[in-house]
Amino acid sequence: MSGAGTLRIVLYEGPGSRPLDGAVRSAALRQLLENGYSVTRVGNGAGTAAAPGDGPVAVLGRFDEAQPAAAESQGDGRPVFFCNVEGLEPDGVLRGVEALHARANTTPRPKWKPWFPVIDASRCTNCMQCLTFCLFDVYGVSKDKQIEVRNPTNCKTDCPACSRVCPEVAILFPKYKGGPINGDEIRDEDLHREKMKVDISALLGGDIYAALRQRSSDAKARFSRERDEKRALDERRKCLTKLQQDLGIPPEVLAALPSLDQIQAKTARAMADSGEDPS
Amino acid sequence: MSIPHRILYCHCAYAQVVPPETKAAVLNHLSASAVAFDAVPDLCEMSARRDPALAQIASGTNTTIVACYPRAVRWLFQAAGTTLPEGARVLNMRVAEAPDILSALALPAEAP
Repeated sequence: MSGAGTLRIVLYEGPGSRPLDGAVRSAALRQLLENGYSVTRVGNGAGTAAAPGDGPVAVLGRFDEAQPAAAESQGDGRPVFFCNVEGLEPDGVLRGVEALHARANTTPRPKWKPWFPVIDASRCTNCMQCLTFCLFDVYGVSKDKQIEVRNPTNCKTDCPACSRVCPEVAILFPKYKGGPINGDEIRDEDLHREKMKVDISALLGGDIYAALRQRSSDAKARFSRERDEKRALDERRKCLTKLQQDLGIPPEVLAALPSLDQIQAKTARAMADSGEDPS
Repeated sequence: MSIPHRILYCHCAYAQVVPPETKAAVLNHLSASAVAFDAVPDLCEMSARRDPALAQIASGTNTTIVACYPRAVRWLFQAAGTTLPEGARVLNMRVAEAPDILSALALPAEAP
């Protein structure tokens, strides 16, 4: 994934431009942010501001002249496009920005809830449990044999399963509801609680996958014996609901757990990709 | 009080984990002030894209990031291939109330 080609917005109120109405400025900022645009506000006050990044820059303002010379530096060598927002309401400002995409050869960014694991390298011991557990190939192994988040967009939204199996509480999901997975500081009791969660697999027979499959096959066997579809489904639902509550893992993820053979094959592939002999 | 050299505000636009009233108050006060700042829709999304803007922001000597948990912010920058300097300050809108954030930014708490 790359940031190249991203249209950056500068809300310019410096020399050669007049200040925006306060309510319009505030509402326009909010609308631009909620539509995926990064905005750098430049005024006559303190602080540093030059639009960061490497894409073209759209400079918005109530300009006294077509292209205020003082504003041209905002591009820092990148293409700069000016948009006079004099008299525009906030939604008009947003439309003005959207209209610049064709000229700037950029496209609006698709909305995506950025849900993916972030590794706290100060805690990670490179045990690769997350890689073997993840069903969606989010993780990979770098050339220097370190675990890495290779495909963040593969991650199943709202699934913190890999952070639950991490023995070091080294995996964050910044948008998770609770700590320490959300990045909150780790306390001793958190370490204890996380270990307890991991140990649920031991309580279920040492292998959470095997336990689930066993319960599923038991339910199927009962279904065969009793020809009671509802009871079998209830059993499965009960099992998945308990695990979902305990671990916060979406039921569809639990329902798609791979076999042990599949897990081992995946680990071997990842190690082979990194150049290490999987044997 | 000194004014931060560079302020980065994260709107956490794609999730509901930051209290909306805190985000609204901080953004409104920043907007009403004369202070220059950067506002981004979502730091997580930028990190996933390895947005080069993060490296430029991190290269500042006196940076304040208004977002969420400092541990999350630091590793988000790391995931994007850049290290947030030790001196960078992270203000947590998930925990702190708007007046405390505004005070840390040296912005007046009165309604703009």
